[in-house]
Amino acid sequence: MISSKFAATIALGSIALLTLCAGPLRAQSHVDTPDPSLGTPSVASEESHIGDLTGHAAAGKVLYRRYCIGCHGPAGDGEGMNAQWIDPKPRDFTQAIFKCRSTPTGTLPTDQDLYNAITRGFVTSNMPQWRPLTKQQRADLVAFVKTWSPRWSKEKSGEVLVIPAETPITTESILHGRELFQKLECWKCHGPAGHGDGPSAATLTDSKDNPIRPYNFSVGTRFKCGETNQDIYRIFMTGVDGTPMPSFHDVIQPNDAWDLVHFLRTLQLTLPTKEGDLWRNYVASHGKDLKPIGPDSAAGAQ
Amino acid sequence: MRPKYFLAVALTVLVGGSMVMFAKPPAGGGSITGKVTYTGTPAKMKPIDMSKEPSCAKQHATPVMTQNVTTGPGNVLQWVVVYISAGDQGSTAPSQAVRYDQKGCEYLPHVLPMQVAQQLQIFNDDQTSHNIHPLAKVNPEWNKSQPAGSPPIDTKYDKAEFIPVKCNIHPWMHGYFVVLNTSHYAVTGEDGSFDLKGLPPGKYTVTAWQEQYGTQTQDVTIAGNESKSVNFVFKALPY
Repeated sequence: MISSKFAATIALGSIALLTLCAGPLRAQSHVDTPDPSLGTPSVASEESHIGDLTGHAAAGKVLYRRYCIGCHGPAGDGEGMNAQWIDPKPRDFTQAIFKCRSTPTGTLPTDQDLYNAITRGFVTSNMPQWRPLTKQQRADLVAFVKTWSPRWSKEKSGEVLVIPAETPITTESILHGRELFQKLECWKCHGPAGHGDGPSAATLTDSKDNPIRPYNFSVGTRFKCGETNQDIYRIFMTGVDGTPMPSFHDVIQPNDAWDLVHFLRTLQLTLPTKEGDLWRNYVASHGKDLKPIGPDSAAGAQ
Repeated sequence: MRPKYFLAVALTVLVGGSMVMFAKPPAGGGSITGKVTYTGTPAKMKPIDMSKEPSCAKQHATPVMTQNVTTGPGNVLQWVVVYISAGDQGSTAPSQAVRYDQKGCEYLPHVLPMQVAQQLQIFNDDQTSHNIHPLAKVNPEWNKSQPAGSPPIDTKYDKAEFIPVKCNIHPWMHGYFVVLNTSHYAVTGEDGSFDLKGLPPGKYTVTAWQEQYGTQTQDVTIAGNESKSVNFVFKALPY
């Protein structure tokens, strides 16, 4: 004969056990048991270093599960539940190919580059800014993201691009930048007026064969990889890996690169800039002398 | 010996006749020769419209055809890489660089085999900018602009891989870097034939790779200086 008190204890215990087993409490599973929902990240460098901060992958893993998994997926391959509704697609960390780098094309970015990307977010994509997270949390996420590819344990980050001091913003600089825009054929994708409508624009795909658009300078004030003149310089010098945007590091000298930056600013019609003011004044008085940019122009040959 | 040999290859490429590229000069020993053919109906290659790039279009009297499946009389297949995938791997990469050209908005050659760690030089012979974008997965993927008149790009690959190459500016441009661990390789010419020379006696696995139809392998044993014949037949699909 079982006492009623004992039976009640068993019943209560069972309910508690059931709740523990069935509930959405995976997140609280023991640290030492491998979590099947997170795949098996290849063990690589488990730390990140951003300035004085040291990020830890173990802490980043918890944050990843909370904030990133929905899009970037339990296997870090960009195949999260939301991914099918998203364009551009979430980054596939298993390839270790990153758009915004201070390092040469084909090399790994620095921890700082990844930290900046998480902090900044990506305009015209579903990746928000993560400024609400603390700096330490963002550093932890960088450390965890690096566990998804074995490249991080085999390769070093590339050498950081040295950006020399900016040259003065002058009409001459802008005019030369315009010649480069013609000569280097930026317009083939970005269009003669920077609207992202060049002759090759419609055919572009990223390295996963998803259609991708060239940046339309006329509508935005920010770029995917930053918003300062230094950022523009860095973007076209190192290229945007995994996309059709190549690196121009080997074919543009630093002074010429600044000229191109100054010209690109004039294409950003919604952004008040010194470059834009100078250029509008110039066009008002000399506009008719300018040769149009495009296939029939000899602007690059001047 | 080597410059002479290279000149011969260069001439063969220029003449464009039945072209077979050897990885290294014949060093005696056995050889494996054969032909690569197809059965079925391969997809028809299409003429490429280069009107968006007049400086290239005017270089071609007749339109350039796509080359994914390049066939010849007698159902032969060109641009198939045949190489030793198991067995003696020959020598390490020679000091000569392999050369890849962008000319008339085409990649020459369409399929470029090379060895791991071998120097690769990429030239832009056109009056237009190209961006060269090898879509590597095992090796690092990079993407560089090469405007008209730029110096060649010097690079190499450290791991064996079949790497599709594209130019995003001219979407019809497609080619392959075939990075191999072995120095025993050949690319089939217009007559679909290949010739692997200088093989020491032993057991070999010969692999044939076609960009659209994938790979096939056959096992061959070479004794002494014998010459064995191996043929590959790919099943062509009309898409």
